[in-house]
Amino acid sequence: MSNQPVDRRGFLKSAAVTGAAAVVGAAAPLEAQQATARAAVDAPAGAPVARRESDPSPDLEPVTTDAPGGDFMVDVLKSLQIEYVAANPGSSFRGIHESIITYGGNKAPEFLTCCHEESSIAMAHGYAKVEGKPMGVLVHGTVGLQHAAMAIYNAYCDRVPVYVMAGNTLDATMRRPGVEWAHSVQDAAALVRDFTKWDDLPWSLPHFAESAVRAYKIAMTPPMMPVLLVLDGGLQEDPVTPEIKQRLRIPRLTLTAPPQGESGAVAEAARLLTSATNPVIIADRAARTAQGMKLLVELAETLQAPVVDQGGRMNFPSQHPLNHSDSARQLVANADVILGLELTDFWGTVDAFRDSLVRTSRSVIKPGTKLISVSAGDLYTKSNYQDFQRYPEVDIAMAADAEATLPSLIEAAKRLLTDDRRRTLQDRGKKLAESRSASRDRIRADAAYAWDASPISTARLSAELWAQIKSEDWSLVAESGNVSGWPMRLWNFDQHHQFLGGSGGAGVGYGAPAAVGAALANKKRGRFSVTIQGDGDFMYAPGVWWTAAHHQIPLLAVMHNNRAYHQEVMHLQRMAGRHERGIARAGIGTTLTNPNIDYAKIAQGMGVYAEGPITNPNDLGPAFKRAIAVVKRGEPALVDVVTQPR
Amino acid sequence: MTRFFIFIAAVACAGSAMAGQNAPASQNAASQVPAGNAANGRKLFATIGCYQCHGYEAQGSTATGPRLAPRPLPFPALSRYVRRPAGQMPPYTAKVLSDMELADIYAFLQSAPAPPATPALLK
Repeated sequence: MSNQPVDRRGFLKSAAVTGAAAVVGAAAPLEAQQATARAAVDAPAGAPVARRESDPSPDLEPVTTDAPGGDFMVDVLKSLQIEYVAANPGSSFRGIHESIITYGGNKAPEFLTCCHEESSIAMAHGYAKVEGKPMGVLVHGTVGLQHAAMAIYNAYCDRVPVYVMAGNTLDATMRRPGVEWAHSVQDAAALVRDFTKWDDLPWSLPHFAESAVRAYKIAMTPPMMPVLLVLDGGLQEDPVTPEIKQRLRIPRLTLTAPPQGESGAVAEAARLLTSATNPVIIADRAARTAQGMKLLVELAETLQAPVVDQGGRMNFPSQHPLNHSDSARQLVANADVILGLELTDFWGTVDAFRDSLVRTSRSVIKPGTKLISVSAGDLYTKSNYQDFQRYPEVDIAMAADAEATLPSLIEAAKRLLTDDRRRTLQDRGKKLAESRSASRDRIRADAAYAWDASPISTARLSAELWAQIKSEDWSLVAESGNVSGWPMRLWNFDQHHQFLGGSGGAGVGYGAPAAVGAALANKKRGRFSVTIQGDGDFMYAPGVWWTAAHHQIPLLAVMHNNRAYHQEVMHLQRMAGRHERGIARAGIGTTLTNPNIDYAKIAQGMGVYAEGPITNPNDLGPAFKRAIAVVKRGEPALVDVVTQPR
Repeated sequence: MTRFFIFIAAVACAGSAMAGQNAPASQNAASQVPAGNAANGRKLFATIGCYQCHGYEAQGSTATGPRLAPRPLPFPALSRYVRRPAGQMPPYTAKVLSDMELADIYAFLQSAPAPPATPALLK
């Protein structure tokens, strides 16, 4: 052997042949003859004939290396400024795991210990919506990716970048017998290819570097989505050979500028909007950043047009005089022009669908209403999973990022407005402001119903929570379950980081881990993170509370504990009514009672401060105060509240 | 998100049907209200699933179903809607919910107290 570093596989292969020959020659002449005979029959003429594998001499086997491929992979992740890698540990990525925590100093990226791959991905999902860039996630290529799949689907539907890396052992002759075979796969990415934007299987470290940078760039280009790199175990663990070392470089990352709407389409949209009598702006995943929210306010104020925020992102201040989200139905019905910005479902926005024995639908807009869509979703649509919704018949469709398009749309609209037209629009704005003021009074009056009820009303829960957090720099990082939109109706959301939208794919189990991931991103900004935590969601992968405690992630979780998968209770009730039977049986298979789950005990068992279950609404304020004090010390805390269903 | 929209639509449909819910019942309508047992009505409201969309106190939800109490719709209108809803609400035919049981539920809705004057937290 030379003193040069060698490829472990190359070494093992050559050593195996040599060793096998030596052993065969010395101890098993008959077997060697039989093997030779078989080889003579099976091998093509002229093909090299290898003997059976056997261990090389231990004296010849290198047992250490100070330059595994995983170290270079960490160099690449550092160049991409990946802050964290979330993972449930797995042997298929043990090489890069060790490189992260030791070679990389366990800092940028820092390894986050997770108890389930679904938690890892959803944490990255929540983190990206605060941080504006992806978190890394490591999973086994087989069992881990299967656990991760639903959360990846949520992020895909929610147009959120997640940087997934899956360990795998490609060379079958290098796999450990047993488990490693069960944990290896020909095409790992196939499992999630329908709902990831791009994947690759790097064949060398230079290939990894290029694909790692490319994956980041693709994930961050609207529509943003998860990407996947499959990391071969040998590539992570084997020494970097001199030949490869000479070829190692990390390509420069240049993020793609988000696509803007075509200038002619923008001009026509501006013309329609400025001349409309009853224009409506509807936003779903429109504001990717705080700037997007400011731009949407500028557009609405320029047009003095009402805005309906569908809540995919924090698009528009909740108490703004032009925020008319509570009147969406009437506004859509009366509109002559509707501007839809990154809508998940434009068809569902302008059509009504009745889920009855005979399913029916009808348009809810006036004939001739002009529909304008700006959506990056038009740039990238896949076939198998049907999250693209019904086909909307719009008048202008811009395949573009809404936030990037807003500046030119605002400019075009301002150019078209005469002084007379501006005065007309100001009059419309005054009426809208009056209407909004009346609407706020109605909302406060509505919230008083069932004020003292037990189970506690979701309005009371929201009002009590708001009273305790409103003086903080707060961020509602998730809202799983359904509290009838009370926070958005009662609280003053006026900063982009105060709301992050939902799961995307409505896959239950997003809420808790996404909240933890988002709270991690908020931590360094000194923000106070709060989540309204559904009970059904809590039970999917509750180990994430241990992760929050272990990594000291400050987060106030307030349970919306209605003791049911309540959406499904209602679906069962619908079936019972439709079938005229068993109307008192909808709780079977849909409720979480008998026994009632003690969420505080579960959280306490994982090192999280917790109180509850609270059933008296008068106990909420003091409980929130105690929990907030814990969160301000830098720890997670949970208050379990038994609530009305919605 | 899809499910969310479906139930928003449900509210809108049900809401339009219940638009008169806070109007005082006319004398004529009042005379058509059968005598019901409010205590049994409260129990039924929970066991047969009314609470699922309207809340245990019939306070309603923007996400699922409108407020039904206090001051419910006139009984004939409510009864018609329950038997053959126009929106997303599941039908409760006489086969599964008797007229007497519906009267008990109505008595419960009528008995619901008015909300407190605007609580301090909401001001």
